Amino acid sequence: MGDLQLTLKVWRQRSSSDKGKFETYDVSGLNSHMSFLEMMDVLNEQLVGKDIEPIAFDHDCREGICGMCSMVINGRAHGPLKGTTTCQLHMRHFKNEDTITIEPWRAKAFPVVKDLVVDRSSFDRIIQSGGYVSVNTGSAPDGNAIPIPKEVAEEAFDAAACIGCGACVATCKNASASLFVSAKVSQLALLPQGQPERKERVNKMVSKMDEEGFGHCTNTGACQAECPKEISIEYIRKMNLDYNLSNLKG
Amino acid sequence: MILDNKVPEGPLELKWTKYKSKVPLVSPANKRKLEIIVVGTGLAGASAASSLAEMGYRVKCFCFQDSPRRAHSIAAQGGINAAKNYQNDGDSVYRLFYDTIKGGDYRSREANVYRLAEVSASIIDQCVAQGVPFAREYGGTLDNRSFGGVQVSRTFYARGQTGQQLLLGAYSALSRQISKGNVKMYNRHEMVEIVKIDGKARGVIVRNLLTGEFNRHFGHAVVLATGGYGNVYYLSTNAMGSNVTAAWKAYKSGAAFSNPCFTQIHPTCIPVSGEYQSKLTLMSESLRNDGRIWVPKKKGDNRPPSQIPEEERDYYLERRYPAFGNLVPRDVASRAAKERCDEGYGVGKTGLAVYLDFEDAINRLGKDIVSARYGNLFAMYDKITGDDPYSTPMRIFPAVHYTMGGLWVDYDLMTTVPGLYAIGECNFSDHGANRLGASALMQGLADGYFVLPYTIGKYLSEDIRTNPISTNHDSFTKAENNAKERNKMLLLNHGKRSVESFHRDLGRIVWDYCGMSRNEPNLIAAIDRIKELRNEFWKDVKVLGDDKTYNPELDKAGRVADFFELGELMMRDALERNESCGGHFREEFQTGEGEALRDDKKFTFASTWEFKGVDEPPVLHKEDLGFETVKPTQRSYK
Amino acid sequence: MNNYLTSTIFRKVLASLSGLFLVTFLVGHLVGNLQLFIPGVQGQTQFNKYALFMTTNPVVQALSIITYSAILLHIFITLFLVIQSRRARPVGYAVSNGNDSSGWSSRNMAILGTVLLFFLVIHLKSFWYKMHFGEMPYQYLSDGTKIKDLYQVTTSAFQNPFYTFFYVFCMGALSLHLKHGVESAIQTVGLRIPSYEKLFKYAAIAVAFSIPAIFASIPVYLYFTNI
Ligand SMILES: Cc1cc2nc3c(=O)[nH]c(=O)nc-3n(C[C@H](O)[C@H](O)[C@H](O)COP(=O)(O)OP(=O)(O)OC[C@H]3O[C@@H](n4cnc5c(N)ncnc54)[C@H](O)[C@@H]3O)c2cc1C
Ligand code: HEM
Ligand code: SF4
Ligand code: FES
Repeated sequence: MGDLQLTLKVWRQRSSSDKGKFETYDVSGLNSHMSFLEMMDVLNEQLVGKDIEPIAFDHDCREGICGMCSMVINGRAHGPLKGTTTCQLHMRHFKNEDTITIEPWRAKAFPVVKDLVVDRSSFDRIIQSGGYVSVNTGSAPDGNAIPIPKEVAEEAFDAAACIGCGACVATCKNASASLFVSAKVSQLALLPQGQPERKERVNKMVSKMDEEGFGHCTNTGACQAECPKEISIEYIRKMNLDYNLSNLKG
Repeated sequence: MILDNKVPEGPLELKWTKYKSKVPLVSPANKRKLEIIVVGTGLAGASAASSLAEMGYRVKCFCFQDSPRRAHSIAAQGGINAAKNYQNDGDSVYRLFYDTIKGGDYRSREANVYRLAEVSASIIDQCVAQGVPFAREYGGTLDNRSFGGVQVSRTFYARGQTGQQLLLGAYSALSRQISKGNVKMYNRHEMVEIVKIDGKARGVIVRNLLTGEFNRHFGHAVVLATGGYGNVYYLSTNAMGSNVTAAWKAYKSGAAFSNPCFTQIHPTCIPVSGEYQSKLTLMSESLRNDGRIWVPKKKGDNRPPSQIPEEERDYYLERRYPAFGNLVPRDVASRAAKERCDEGYGVGKTGLAVYLDFEDAINRLGKDIVSARYGNLFAMYDKITGDDPYSTPMRIFPAVHYTMGGLWVDYDLMTTVPGLYAIGECNFSDHGANRLGASALMQGLADGYFVLPYTIGKYLSEDIRTNPISTNHDSFTKAENNAKERNKMLLLNHGKRSVESFHRDLGRIVWDYCGMSRNEPNLIAAIDRIKELRNEFWKDVKVLGDDKTYNPELDKAGRVADFFELGELMMRDALERNESCGGHFREEFQTGEGEALRDDKKFTFASTWEFKGVDEPPVLHKEDLGFETVKPTQRSYK
Repeated sequence: MNNYLTSTIFRKVLASLSGLFLVTFLVGHLVGNLQLFIPGVQGQTQFNKYALFMTTNPVVQALSIITYSAILLHIFITLFLVIQSRRARPVGYAVSNGNDSSGWSSRNMAILGTVLLFFLVIHLKSFWYKMHFGEMPYQYLSDGTKIKDLYQVTTSAFQNPFYTFFYVFCMGALSLHLKHGVESAIQTVGLRIPSYEKLFKYAAIAVAFSIPAIFASIPVYLYFTNI
C-alpha cells in the first residue's frame, strides 16, 4: 500500500468576483488505493482540522458517468490517464512526495464559481437550443416501427456517451466546445428520429455555441485525447459538414 | 391519519384504463394558470416536468447538481424492463406484474404494480422516439437481455449505460420545454422546506447553493422526485449528493413514510479498501451469468487465489442453491456472502470479500468472448483496484444500492399531504421488500411520463379556482425562517468534528445494525446510539465557511442532519417487522437452513409512519396489501 | 437566428480553403523555382524568361491577384479566429502539458503563421518588390533583347549565409505549418472520412515535408555551388 505524502498546489477563489490564487498544502496519511477525490477528501478533513475552509470541488457519482468532477491536474484535464474522469483516477499513478497542481476548468464560458468549481450551464443552454427530438410524451410510434441498423445504433451510441463534463473545452487551447456539440448533433443526425429537425438543429446549436463565447476548432485533437469517454473528432467533421451543407444548400 | 390508497374498483387489468377514461380533465386554458413544482431531474423528475409542461402546465423544476443531466439516474447500468414481448418468449403485462410482485416478496400494492407493467411498453417507444440509442439486433430491431434471474428477456439496454441514455433522453425533453419557456429550471438549488397552506402543499423553500439565498416558490401542487436515501449508510453505490432531505422535510410536514428499512443490498460491488473510502462501485449483475462465486474452504486461508486448488474452494451459492446457483436473487446472494465472511472465510485484507471467478468462463468460452461480454466492466474493475480480472478473480462484496422504502403514496402517487406527490425512488414504490433488476428505471419513467401527468389532473381539476398564493403568506415566512435557523445553528456551532466524520459514524451504525441482517437487541441499541450521535452532532459539528458563497460543507451538514432522524426511523421500522422478507432479514426469523422466514399472516402490510416530533416516537399505520390476484408463496431457489 | 457567415465554422472553412489554395500556389511557385537548378547561362535565361512571363502574362496576373487576396484573407481570417479564441480563455493555466494530448505545431499555428508572414514580407521585398519596382540588373539575350535578371538577384542573395539560413529556417516553419494545416484543412472541409484517415495523414505529411524541403534545397544548392 505504501504511505503517500504529497504537496498540492490548489487554486483557491472565494467567488466568481474574487481574483483567486494558488495555495500550497502538504497532505500526509494518504495511500495508493485512494481515488484522487478521496485524496481531496482527506486533504479537506485535514484543512477542517486546521480551521481552513475546505476546498470546493464538483463531484457526485464518483464512477465516471455524471460528468460533474472537473479538475485540471498537472496541466491535464482529468489527470494523466486516458479515458478516465478525475473521480476514476487513483493515487497509485502518483509517486510519494510528488507536487501536484490542481486548477479549475478555464474558459470564458465556464466562469469559476468557487475554488475548483465552475459554471457549465452554457452546455445546458446549447442543448436547450436544439439538442433534442421534438416528440411529446405519448405520441411515439412502436419502438420497433423504424428498424435501425446495428452499426448505426452503435455509432450513435458512441456519440451519445458524452457525459457533458467539459474536459474538451478545458483542454482545448481555444476553449472550443466543438466536441461536445458535435457529439449531440451527430448522435441525432445518425438516427432516423433526428432527421426532420436535422438542419435546424445543427444551425441553432452552432449559433448558440458561438454565442456562449467558446473558441473555434483548430483540430488539434486534444479534446479527443482528453475526453474521458474518448469521443472522436470524427463527429466534429460530421457536424461541420452538416452545418456547411445545410447552409450552402439554403 | 387515514391511509386511503384510492385504488379504483374493478378487475385488476381494467383499473387503469377505466381510471384514465374517467379522470377529470383540466382545460388547456386552465392548465396555463396552474403552476407545478417538480423537485428533482432524475428519470422521474425530468420525465414528469417535461410531460407536464408539454400538456400546458407552468412548471418550475429544481435540482441540486449543476445541471439536470447529472441526476443520479445517470449511473444506472444494466437496463430497463418492459413487457414488449419482442422476443416472443411468452412475456406479458401479467408476467411482468407477477415477477415484480413475487420479486418484491409480496410486500407491494397489486394495483400500482399492474399499472407499472401496463405502461412499461410505452416507455420504450417514447425513449426510442427521443433518439435513445438502445442496443439493436443485426436486423435493426431492439435487442433484449435477461436480467436478474427472470425467465424471459425483457430488459432493454444501451451498453452498460442505460440510465445515462434514458436520462439524457428525458433531459432533452426537459431542455426543449425549458427553451420554450414552459419549464423554469433552477440548477444548484436545494429544496429545504415544504410549504403547506390550509393542509395542502402550496410551495417550497429552496436554497440557492451558490449564493446561499433562500427563495420561496408557490405551486398549486408539488412533486418530489428526489431519489433514494442509500447514503444514510455513508457507503453506498449512490452518488455522493444523494440524500433524503426533500423526502424527510415532506415527512416532517405530514407525509407518511413507508417501509424505511427495506433496503436493497447489491451482491456484486467492489469491496471497501480502507477507512478513507467515500463510496462503493457497483459491478453489473450480469457478471454473475458467467462468473462463479467462491471462498476458500479453510478459514483465514490467505494464499493467493490461483494457489488454492479446486477441491479447496467452496462455491457456496452453487452448494446451497443448486437450482439457481450463482444466479439467485440479489438479497439471497448478498446474505450468503455476508454469512461466509462472518464465519471467517472472507478473502482480501479486510476479510470482507468473496471471489467472483472467470477462469472457467475463459476456459469454456475463450478470452475473446468473455472480453466482448464484460470487457468494459473488467476495465472498470482494473481501473479501481489495479487488478486484472482476466488473470485473477475479482473480489466483490455486497453494498447498499437502492431503497425500496420512501414516502407513502396512493394510487394517484399523492402522499398523505394533499397536493404533494412523490415519484421515482423517493416514494415507497412498487418494489415491495426487494426490487428486481432493471425495474427502477422503468418505475421512474412510468411515474413521470405516463402516470403522474394523468393523476395530477384529478387534484388540479378541483384547484383551478385557486389563484396563486403570494409567497409573503405566513406559511412561507415560517418555513423560510425554519430553514434559516437550522443553517445558522450549523454555521455558528463552532464545534470540533467534521460533518464527514459524523456521517461515517452514523453510516457504520446503520450498516451494522440495519444492513444485511438485523436483530432485536441490536436495533434497540442502535436507536439510542443514533440519538446520542445526533445530539453530539448538534453540539460538536464544525462547519467552516459562510452562507454567502458556495459551501458544500454546509449543504452536506444539512443532509447528514436529516440522515440521523431517518436512521432512527429505519431502526424502528426494522424492529417492528417481526419477519424476514426481501431485503429485510431478521435473524430471529429464519428457517433451520438460514433462509428468510416471511410471515404473511401478520405482516402483509406496508408499515407507514407518521411524524410526531423529532424526539417523539412516530406512529405506525398499516396499509393492508390484501392480495386479490396473486397468492403469496414462499420464494425458493433451492 | 442563424449567422452562418459570422460563425466560427464558416470562418474556419475560409481559413482552410485559402490555406489549401496557398498550397497549390506553393506547388506552382516551386515548379518555377526548380529552374534555378539548371546550371549556367541556360538556366539563367530560362529562369529570367519565366520571371518575365509571370510578371506580364494577363492570366498569371489575374491568378496572382487571387493569390494576394488568398494570403490577405488567410491572414485576416486566422487573425480573427485567434483573437476570438484568446477571448474564449481569459485566464490561462499555470501548468500546461499540451504535448501529451496534441501536436506542437497544431497548437502553434499562429506563431508559425507569424514567422511565415515575416518571411513573406522579406521575401517579397527581396524579389517581388525589386522585380516590380526596384532597380534590377539586366540580362542581354542572344537576340539582343534585355530582360530583368532575377536569376542574378536570386543567386547573389543566396551568397549570404544568413539570408540562406533564414530562408531554410522559414521553410522549417512552413513545414510545421503545413504538417498540421493540410490535415486540419481536410478535416475542416469535411473530407477526412475515417476510412481514408491514414491516407490523408500520410499525404499531408508528404506535402508538408516535400514542398518546404525542395524549396529549401534551392538556396542551399545555390549557396554551395557559388561559394
Ligand atoms: C450504480 C447504480 C446502478 C443502477 N442500475 C440500475 C439498473 O440497471 N436498472 C434499474 O432499473 N435501476 C438501476 N438503479 C436504480 C435507479 O438508477 C434509481 O433508482 C433511479 O434512477 C432513481 O431515479 P429518480 O428519478 O427517482 O431519482 P434520481 O435520479 O436520484 O434523481 C434525484 C433528483 O432529485 C434532486 N434532488 C434530490 N434532493 C433534492 C433537494 N433537496 N432539492 C432539490 N433537488 C433535489 C437531484 O438533484 C436529482 O435531480 C441503479 C442505481 C445505482 C446506484
Ligand atoms: C504560404 C503560406 C501559407 C499556407 C500555405 C498556409 C496554409 C494553411 C492551412 C492549410 C491551414 C489550415 C486551415 C485549417 O485548419 O482548416 C492554415 C492555418 C492557419 N494559418 Fe496558414 N498558411 C500560410 C500562411 C499563413 C500566414 C502568413 C499566417 C499568419 C499570419 C497564417 C496563419 C494561420 C493560422 C493562425 C492558422 C490556424 C487557424 C486555426 O486556428 O485553425 N498562415 N494555414
Ligand atoms: S465530449 Fe468528452 S470531454 Fe467533452 S463534454 Fe463530452 S465527455 Fe466531456
Ligand atoms: S464524479 Fe461523476 S463523473 Fe466524476
